[in-house]
Amino acid sequence: MRSQSRITFYLLLTPLVLWLGLLIIIPHIDMLLISLRERISFGVYETSLAQYEKALTEPLYLRTFWRTAVMSVLATALTLMIAFPVSYYIAKMAKGRLQQVLFLLCLIPFYVSELVRTFGWMILLRETGLVSNLLQWVGLADRPIELLYTDATMMVGLVYTSMLFMVVPLVTTLESLDDSVIEAGYDLGGSGLSVLREIIIPHAMPGIVSGCIVVFMLSLGNYLTPTMLGGKDSLWFTEMIYNQFIVRSNWELGAAFGFMLLVLSSVIVWGMLWLTGRTLKETMG
Amino acid sequence: MTPDLECVDLVKRFGDTTAVNNVSFTVPPGSFFSILGPSGCGKTTIMRMIAGFLDPTSGDIRIKGGSVLDTPPNKRPVNMVFQHLALFPMMTIAENIGYGLRRRGMPKAEIARKVDEALDRIGLPGIGARKTDELSGGQKQRVAIARCMVLEPDVLLLDEPLGALDLKLREHMKVELKALQAAFDTTFVYITHDQSEALVMSDQIAVMSNGQFEQVGRGQDLYYRPETPFVAGFIGESNRWKGRIERVEGDALQLRTDSGLAMRATGAGLVQGARAEIFVRPESIRLAASADALSGFDNQLTGTVTSLLFNGAASRVLVQDDVGETLEVTLPQSGEFSSLQRGDAVHIGWGAGQATCFGAA
Amino acid sequence: MTRTILLAGTMLAGLASVAQADTLRLLTWGGYAPEDVVAKFEEETGHTVEVTKSNNEEMIAKLRATGGGGFDLAQPSQDRIMGPQMEFGIYKPIDVSKLNKELFIPSMLDATMGNTTVNGDVYGVPHVWGTSGLVMNTAEAGDTVKDYTDLCAPEVAGKVSYRLKRPTLIGFAFAMGEDPFAAYGDEAKYAEIMGKVEEKLIECKENVKTYWGGGDELMNLLRSGEVTASMAWDTGGWKLNDDNADLTFVAPASGALGWIDTFVLPAKGQADDVAYEWINFVMQPEVAAMITAAAGNFTASAGADEFAEDSLKAKYQASFPQEAIDNIKWYPPVPAGLETIEGEVLDRIQAAN
Repeated sequence: MRSQSRITFYLLLTPLVLWLGLLIIIPHIDMLLISLRERISFGVYETSLAQYEKALTEPLYLRTFWRTAVMSVLATALTLMIAFPVSYYIAKMAKGRLQQVLFLLCLIPFYVSELVRTFGWMILLRETGLVSNLLQWVGLADRPIELLYTDATMMVGLVYTSMLFMVVPLVTTLESLDDSVIEAGYDLGGSGLSVLREIIIPHAMPGIVSGCIVVFMLSLGNYLTPTMLGGKDSLWFTEMIYNQFIVRSNWELGAAFGFMLLVLSSVIVWGMLWLTGRTLKETMG
Repeated sequence: MTPDLECVDLVKRFGDTTAVNNVSFTVPPGSFFSILGPSGCGKTTIMRMIAGFLDPTSGDIRIKGGSVLDTPPNKRPVNMVFQHLALFPMMTIAENIGYGLRRRGMPKAEIARKVDEALDRIGLPGIGARKTDELSGGQKQRVAIARCMVLEPDVLLLDEPLGALDLKLREHMKVELKALQAAFDTTFVYITHDQSEALVMSDQIAVMSNGQFEQVGRGQDLYYRPETPFVAGFIGESNRWKGRIERVEGDALQLRTDSGLAMRATGAGLVQGARAEIFVRPESIRLAASADALSGFDNQLTGTVTSLLFNGAASRVLVQDDVGETLEVTLPQSGEFSSLQRGDAVHIGWGAGQATCFGAA
Repeated sequence: MTRTILLAGTMLAGLASVAQADTLRLLTWGGYAPEDVVAKFEEETGHTVEVTKSNNEEMIAKLRATGGGGFDLAQPSQDRIMGPQMEFGIYKPIDVSKLNKELFIPSMLDATMGNTTVNGDVYGVPHVWGTSGLVMNTAEAGDTVKDYTDLCAPEVAGKVSYRLKRPTLIGFAFAMGEDPFAAYGDEAKYAEIMGKVEEKLIECKENVKTYWGGGDELMNLLRSGEVTASMAWDTGGWKLNDDNADLTFVAPASGALGWIDTFVLPAKGQADDVAYEWINFVMQPEVAAMITAAAGNFTASAGADEFAEDSLKAKYQASFPQEAIDNIKWYPPVPAGLETIEGEVLDRIQAAN
C-alpha cells in the first residue's frame, strides 16, 4: 500500500521534473553560460561579462530596453482600463445568455493565430485599407491616411492581443463579488465612485494583479505585433533578441538580452505585487 | 404621530407579472414590523423598493411623511441588513462599521468614537481590528446591524438575516434582535418566510401572498383570528377540511365535511348551502380517555390512535375517526397520556369557537 | 552543457533517421522544391523528401543550433558558407565526383566552388541565381528612381520601402560610389564605408514608409500603390509585372547585386547519397525549368534556358540589357567580423528618429 502510493507520487512528479528541468532550467542555464562568453576568434571563446557591458553601455540597446518596459507597462494599464468596465458588464450587468455570448465574443479573436489577427489589423489600418477609405468616404479626410507604423497603432495591437487575458481573471473575481455587497455600499451612503474604489476594486485586486502580470509579460515578450504594426520605428526588445540570434548570429549578445528581459520582467512583477501588498501565493491561489 | 414608514398603493410589475399588487401599510415609529410570506410572494420586492434599489410602477413610499421616490438609495434615511449580511470582506470590522460615517465626511476621531460605541452596544467591544471572516455567524449578524445603526436611519430594513444561521443560533438571535431593536429604539422592517421569527419579534406582522397583503395585525390576531384561509393555513398548524354549511345561526354554523364528518364551527357572512373551508388547530383539540371528560365541547369524536409523532413539547398524535378522517391532535404534556399506544381508542373534542370557517369556492 | 544536449539530440535524431534512411530532409527557400518536382523525384527514386522553407539567416541559425544536424541538404547563398563554416563547422565537404558536372554552367560552378572552399575542401555547388535591385512603378517613379540612393528623393517621400538587412547597406554603398566588396578584407575601410551608408540611411528614414520584412508584404505594398519604389528581388518585380504592366524590376545604375543560392551538406546530414541524387536530379534541364517556373529565377543548370517560359525570358531581357548584366555585382564570401559591423549599423538606423 505504502510503496504503491510512493510509486504514484513519483509517477506524478516525473512529468513536472522533466518539464521544469528539460524545458526551463537546463535551457536557461545554457543561455546564461552563452551570455557569459566572448568571441575571440573562429571557434575560440572566453568567459567574460563583455556582452552585458555592451548591452548596458550601448545607448541604443538601453533605449530599446526601457522603451519596451515603459510601453509594456502602458499597454498593461490601458488594457486594464478598457477591460475593467467590459468585465464588470459581463460579470455583473449581463445575465444568462447575453453573458455567455459576450464572453465568447472576447474569445473569438483567439480562434485564429496571432499572425492572422495582426494581418487583420494591417488590412484595416493601412493607407489603402478599410478605415482610411471609410474616413474619406464620410468626408473626414481628403486623402488616404496611413494609420500603421506608429506607436499608437502598436499600442492598439498590444491591447487587443492582451484583452482576453485581462478579462478572464477580472470576470472571475468580479463574479465572486456578491451583488448585495455592492448594494450595501450604496445603501450605506456610498457614491458610485466610492463603491468602486472601496469595495469593487479591493475585491477585484487578485484578478487585477494576476491579469496585469500576464498582460505585462505577454506585451513584453510580444514579437509579431510590435514588428508588424510598429513598422520602421517599432524598437521592441524581443526584436533585438531575434535579430541577435537569427540575423546577426550573435548568440552571446542575444542571450545576454534574454537575461536582461528575464530580470526586468521579474523585477516589475515583483514590484507590482509589492505595490499592491499581495503575495504571489494570494494572487495565484 | 407621523408614521416612520408609509407605503401607499404600491405596485411593481415586471413585464406581465405583478410582483407587488396595490399594497398599503404604515409603520409607526419605534415598532418592529414584519412582512411574512412564502418565497416569491413579493416581500423582497417591497423591501428593495423601500431601500431604493427598485422603482415602484406606481404608488408612493413616504419616510417620516416625505416621499422618497426621487431619492437615490445612498441618500435615503433607510438602511438594510442583507440576507447574507454583505459585510465588506476587504475591510476590518471597524472599517465596516465606519464606512457609512466616512461617506458622510465625519472626522476620523469621531468615527472611531462612534464605532467603539456601536461595538459596545452590540456587546462586542475591542473586535474592531479583526477581519470579517474571523467572526462567528452571530457576531457577523450584530456587526451588520451595527454598521447600519451608526448611521441612525429612520427605518432599518432586514432581509431574512437569520436565514443562514443554524437553528440554535437562530433561536438565540431572535431574542437578541428584539433586544437590539429596543436598545436602538429604531423602526425595524423585517422580512421573513419563517413565521416563528415574525411571531416572536414583531409588534405588527403583515402576511403576504401573491403580491398582496392578506392580513396585518399582531401575532395573536393572526394566530387566533385569521381573516383569510391563507392566513389560517400559513400561521401555525391546522387540520383543514372542505365542506358544506347545513345550518346558520348568527356566527354559529352547522356543517358537514366532504368526507361526511358533522361539525359545529364559527364563521361570519356564510349562508346555508355554501361551500366552506374549516380550520382546527391541533392544540385546540382536547384528548380524553372517556367521553364524559369532553361533555362541554360542541364537537366530540371517538377514534383510534394511528401514529404517535413525538417531538418534545410539540408532540402530536394522529387519530382516525369512525368516518375514516385523520386528525392531528396535540399531545398534552401533563403525563396523563404518556402510556398512549398506537391502536388505543381515544375520545377527542373541540369547541365551535376553535373551528374557524371561511367561504370557499 | 550544450555539447551534451546536442549529442543526446543527435543520437536520437540518428536513431530515427537510420530507420528511414531514404528520407531527404531539405532546408531550402520557397519555390526551390516545388511539389511537382518533389513528386517526380519520389516517383523515380522511391525516396521521400521533407521540405522546410526558410531564409539565409534562419538556415544558418537552425544548423548552428543543432551543430549541423536535423537536415540532409541545405541551400544558403554562396557568400554565407565560408564564414559560418569557419566559425561553427556546420557543413561537410561535398564530393564533387558524385555530381554530374556536365549539368552545371561551368563558369558558375567554378565560381561557386572557388567561393566556398575552406582549407582545400569544397562546401557548395550553385543552384539558383538572381539579383536584387529596384522594383518600381515605372509610370510613377521611373523618372526619379534610377539608383538606390534615389529612393531618398523628395519626389517619392513616404512611397518607398526597403529591407533593413545587409543587401541594402551594400546596395547603397555602391550607389554612393563606394566599393564595399573591395573593402571586405579591410575592416577599418569597411567600417568607414558603412559609416557613410548609415548616415545616408538615417537621413533617408523619413522617406521610407516601412521597412519590409517578407516578400508577400512588399508585394502587397507595391500592388496597392502604397509604395511606388522599393529595393527588392528581380523575381518579385517580374511577378508583379503580370498583374500591372507598369510594375517591374529595374537594374539600378550602380549595378544589381547578384546572388547564388547553393547546395551544401549539413555537417550531421544522414542521407548524403540521397542528397547527391537530388542535386543531380534537379539540375537536369527539364527539372531546372520547372523550378525556374516556380521560383521565377534562373538556375545554374546548363541548357535549362531552352525549357524556360518565353514570357519570363522576355522580362529578364527587358530588365537586363547586356551592359546591366556585365554590371551585376556578385556577392563575394563574407569574412567574419563584417556582420558585426553591419549589425550595429542596422541597429542604429532602426533606432534613429
